This record gives sequence, C-alpha cells and structure tokens, in this order.
Amino acid sequence: MYYAGVDVGSTTTKAAILDDGKTLVGKSLGPTGANVVRAARNFFAEALKEAGLEEHDVGYVVGTGYGRYKVPFGNAQVTEISCHARGAISVFPGTRTILDIGGQDTKAIRISAEGEIVDFSMNDKCAAGTGRFLDAAANVMGLTIDEIGPVSLTSKAPLRITNVCTVFVEQEIMSHLSKGRKTEDILRGVHSAIAARSLALMRRVGVDPEITFTGGVSRNPGMVTALEERLGQKINVSPLSQYLGCIGAAIFALERAQGAPSPRAPPGELPMLRGH
Amino acid sequence: MIQPPGESPFKYQDAGKNLQRKMMGQEYDALAHAKETKTPVAYLFISGNIQELFRAFGFLVLYPEINALQCGIKKAAGPLILKAEDKGYSSDVCGYVKNDIGLVIQNNKSPMGNLPRPDLLVCNFSGCNTYIKWFEALSEFYDVPLVMLDVPYVRDAAVPKEDLDYTVSQLHDLVATCEKITGKAFDKAELSRILELSRKAEDRWCEVLEEAANVPSPIDAYFEAVFFMAGINIFRGTKECVDYYDAVLREIAERKERGIGPVEKERFRVVMEGPPPWPHFRAFWELFKRWGVVATAATYPKVGGLFDTGLRHDPSRPIESLAEYSLQCYTNWSLDKRAKLIEDYVKHFKADAVVIHSVKSCRSFSVGQGDFRDKFVREKNIPTLLVESDLADPRYFQEAQLRNRIDAFFEALEHRKLTAKGGA
Repeated sequence: MYYAGVDVGSTTTKAAILDDGKTLVGKSLGPTGANVVRAARNFFAEALKEAGLEEHDVGYVVGTGYGRYKVPFGNAQVTEISCHARGAISVFPGTRTILDIGGQDTKAIRISAEGEIVDFSMNDKCAAGTGRFLDAAANVMGLTIDEIGPVSLTSKAPLRITNVCTVFVEQEIMSHLSKGRKTEDILRGVHSAIAARSLALMRRVGVDPEITFTGGVSRNPGMVTALEERLGQKINVSPLSQYLGCIGAAIFALERAQGAPSPRAPPGELPMLRGH
Repeated sequence: MIQPPGESPFKYQDAGKNLQRKMMGQEYDALAHAKETKTPVAYLFISGNIQELFRAFGFLVLYPEINALQCGIKKAAGPLILKAEDKGYSSDVCGYVKNDIGLVIQNNKSPMGNLPRPDLLVCNFSGCNTYIKWFEALSEFYDVPLVMLDVPYVRDAAVPKEDLDYTVSQLHDLVATCEKITGKAFDKAELSRILELSRKAEDRWCEVLEEAANVPSPIDAYFEAVFFMAGINIFRGTKECVDYYDAVLREIAERKERGIGPVEKERFRVVMEGPPPWPHFRAFWELFKRWGVVATAATYPKVGGLFDTGLRHDPSRPIESLAEYSLQCYTNWSLDKRAKLIEDYVKHFKADAVVIHSVKSCRSFSVGQGDFRDKFVREKNIPTLLVESDLADPRYFQEAQLRNRIDAFFEALEHRKLTAKGGA
C-alpha cells in the first residue's frame, strides 16, 4: 500500500507518495493558481504517474497547506506546521529548529528531542521576509527567481537594504539601480535583509542546532548562504526541502492508516453546543 | 433527540444569556429616555468603574466601551471606525475609541438605540493613555465637565497606603462634584446599601467562575463568561444583578445534572488572555470549539474587578472600598502580577495551555503579551499560543491565518498528549 501527502501552498502545490517503508516513490510540484482543487488533483496525479501508480493504490491521503480543506480526495487534514516538522525530522533526525520560508509565510518551529513541536511562530499580516519579497526583488531587476540567488553570491561589496516592506523594497532597489549600484550587490543586500528578519522570527522560538531550512525559498543558494552567515553555523538543506511539507503529510497518512497515535484534525465544521 | 418547536429539553439553559440580553435592553432603553426622565448621565470606563457612587446619586451610567463592544458584536463597528478615520483618526488608534467617535459623528444613533449626552465624564481608568485622550475628546465634543481620576498603577503584592489615600482623596472630590451636578447631598447609608448588593453579586460571580474548575467544565470561562460578566461590569449594586447570578448558577447546576457543557466533548482546557474579536466572536469561538477547547479561566472578564482573588466591596467602608476596587482591576496590574495570575489559573483550573488573543489596535494592554508567551513556554513549560486580530476593527480578523495557527497549536498539543500516553 502507498500513502500520499498533498501540500497546497499559497504559491506552489506539492505532492509526495511514500511506500510502506517511508521511501519516496513519487513527487510533483507546480503553481497553485486560482483553481486550488484542480492544482491538488493535477500534482497528485503527476506524483502518481512518476511512481507508476494508480489512485486506488494509495490507501490514505493527508492534505496540508492553506488549501488543505480543498483536497477533495484527502482523508484528513493536518496543518503545514506539523507536516513540515515531521518531514524535516524524517530527513534530518537531529533537527531542533526549522525555518520554513514559503511564498507568503515564514515560520520558525522548535522541536523537542522527542520530535514534538514545542513552539512555533509565523509572520503576521505582512509578507516581508517571505518568498514574495524575493519575487518583488527579482521582478524589478528583470531576473527570474532561480537566477537571483546565484547572482547575489558573486557580490564583493553587499549593499544594505533597509526596507523590509515587500511593496516598498521595489522603490529602494530602483533607487539603488538609478545610482548605478551593481545588481549582485543589491541582491546580496536583499538576501541579507530576509535572513535578518528570519533570524528575528527564529529567536522568538529559540535557535537550537540543528537548524533545517525548508520551503520553496530553501532552493535559493543565496538565501542559504545569507542565513548561514547570520547564524554563524551550517544549516541543513535537502534537495527535497520544498517537498518536506507534503512528505510530512504522507508520513501522517501512513501512521494513521496503520493506526498509530497521530493528531486528528477535526472535520471542517462540527455541530456545536447541545442546547445552544 | 427531536424536540417540538419552541420546547427545550432543559429548563434553565440559556437563562444567563437571555436574561443578560434583557437587562442590557432595559438599560439602553432607560438611557434613551434619560432626558425625558430628567436623569443625569455619567460616562465611565469599565476597568475599575465606581458605578455604585453614581448609583447613589441617581445617575444613569453609560460605558462607551460597552457601546463599542455592542456595535462590534452587532457587526456595526466597521463603518463607524471608518467615519472616525475620515475625521483624521489614524488606523493605529484603538478600535473602541474610533467606534465611539463614529457614534458621536452620527449623533449617537446606535444599533442599541439613541444614546444620551453625558452630564459628567469620569475617566476612572488611567492605565491607558489613549483612554485619557478619548474622554478629553468627548469633553470637547460635548462641552461637559471631565473628571480625571488618577488611579496609581499596582506593581507590588500590596497597594501602598499612600496610593490608597491618594485615590480616596480624589473620590471625596468626586463626591463634591456629584453633589454639585445633581443638587443632592451625598447619602453614605444609601451607598452602603448599594455596596451590600454589589458584594452579594460578587460572591455569586465567583461561584460561577469556580465551576470551571470541574472536569469537564460546565461553562466556558471566556466565551460564555464574557456574557455573564455584564452583571458584574454594569449592574453591580442592584438586586437584579444578584438575581441574575442566581439564574446563571441554576443554569450551571442543570448542566452538571444533565452532563452537558459548552462543547460536545472537552478535549483541551485553556486559560485565555485578552478580549475577543467582537465583530467575529462566533467565528473565533468556532475555531476553538471544533477542537473541543474549553476556556476554564480567562483574564478579560476580570477587567471589571478581580473578585476571584478575594476582593470584595465593603459596605462598612464605602469610599475606601471603592478606592481599593478601582485599583484592583486586571488592566491596572503590572505585567508580573498579570503573568502570575495566569500561571495560578493554569494550575487551579487544570489547564493544558494558555491562549493569548492580542489586540492590534491596543498597545497599552497588548504590549508585554509576547513576553508572557516567552515566559510561559520557556520558563514554565506551559504551551502558549499567541494570535492577533482586533477587538473592534473587523479588518484585522484573518480567519485563514488564525485557523492555521490554532489548528497547528492543538495538533501539537494533541500529539504531546498522545505520545505521553503511549510512553506511559
């Protein structure tokens, strides 16, 4: 039997399929877009295809991410906070702190030695320091999101970006460009600004090694370097980092199907107080 | 069980809520007719309000905070807040203040009826500087006398004698002001009679709160207590208030007999800190109910008096007792005292966690809540969730974000419980 996790994020939808031995047999990702249900179906289908499986081969599906209640074939829903924690531990068992930077969310999660979530903290009401911030920077520079990290690493004289607002950072970058500053120096400053903001969020929960970096932004080598510089230590990054949420969801799926104790999210709506 | 329409299987359920609604309706009705009945009106704040003194002089008391709360829960706050912002009030100014300024702009025509102009404004709570500005603004709008009671902040276990004396001396001055406005002489015996009724209501209110120590709890000491607190906040010193709590206690007794409670099955017990988001009260409660969460204690219903710490009005020392009361409201306590109270609640009410709802537009009360969270999580090993929206401004309520945090928190808590059981 196989188990699946589908992580419907604000920007990207990810799907993973595990076998009985928790081996990753199929995965897929792509933009969520406006049709959340379709995105969930599409990338689940692609992951099945990669694994050479049919839908009926999958015994249990857990949905996670903001669109977790929009995974119509999901047997249960678990938040991405729990799923990222579970996914990160499965790849790096020594993880104590997780930094997840996604499209619109940044979260810091502290894990106990027993693998339980002790504390977590997320950005509130502001997308500064998330993937959106990098998108805005890439956009104004006329580069792709995959290019900005490597370009930033060629900088010899990083600039200081003082603006933490995703909207206003474009103005600041424009002003640096108009002064003839180098693209790589500006970008290094942008990465450093996000690293500083992420560190502030991590400090709220406590920064204990090992630190594992997950989410879409963890694919950016410029971000990894900027964080390691700020932290003064190495951080764990896996080629699967962006998939750790859906891998965690698939592990929950496996555990539930096998009847192991696992947090059970309530259904979307419940009848309320008797007599009320 | 299918019931014929209009028949409830319970005799006393919802009595607390229905009676509260009725009393509030009557109060607003009396306020709407204050001019015709030639009744003087005083405006007060809830925190440490000395309503008994005004009752003794025959004033009707109006609480702008309660008006804002009512507008919030009746989903009328948004447009009122925008009216105030149009006048130049910043988006960061307290949502309650802007709600009230919006009412002033529309000539006090509120969803609760027409509200009377004040004859006297008493800023009885000085713990919040925005509140001082609020009543200063009202004083300009209405051109009526404003009395500023300077109530010293409570930092230590005991209130220093000079702080108490200072408050008492201001109350004596206030008595003279009331005599002047009403043309009536101060009747100490009448005040004592009123305070005796307050004391009786306070005893019963504490009995209500103590019921939440039961496992499972027959009441939600936050989401229901915010309705039950109306008596203690607004109707102290009346027989109706005493009777009100008798009715609530009957309702709770019936719940215990019949084995019912605020949720189907109690799964988590929490202590709540901070006021609820009134414009989204239901939606906010549902986010917790779906996890079987029951608040077994909360700090917000103690803003009108920390009676559960043993505080009582004393008819034998009326003015001193009013001074003591106005000092000992939750908002007038230091952060250390507040943190200690929450910890005590966690122990006494057998809570699994603390949930803090922080108010975006209130810096004076919300500041320090991040430190509470750090202290509880790191030093006390009490799982603590901090979420933020607003008590009055509907724009700050992001249901998807709140749901995500609340779900993640209770998932982790459940996981802890499961693994603890599995390991035992």
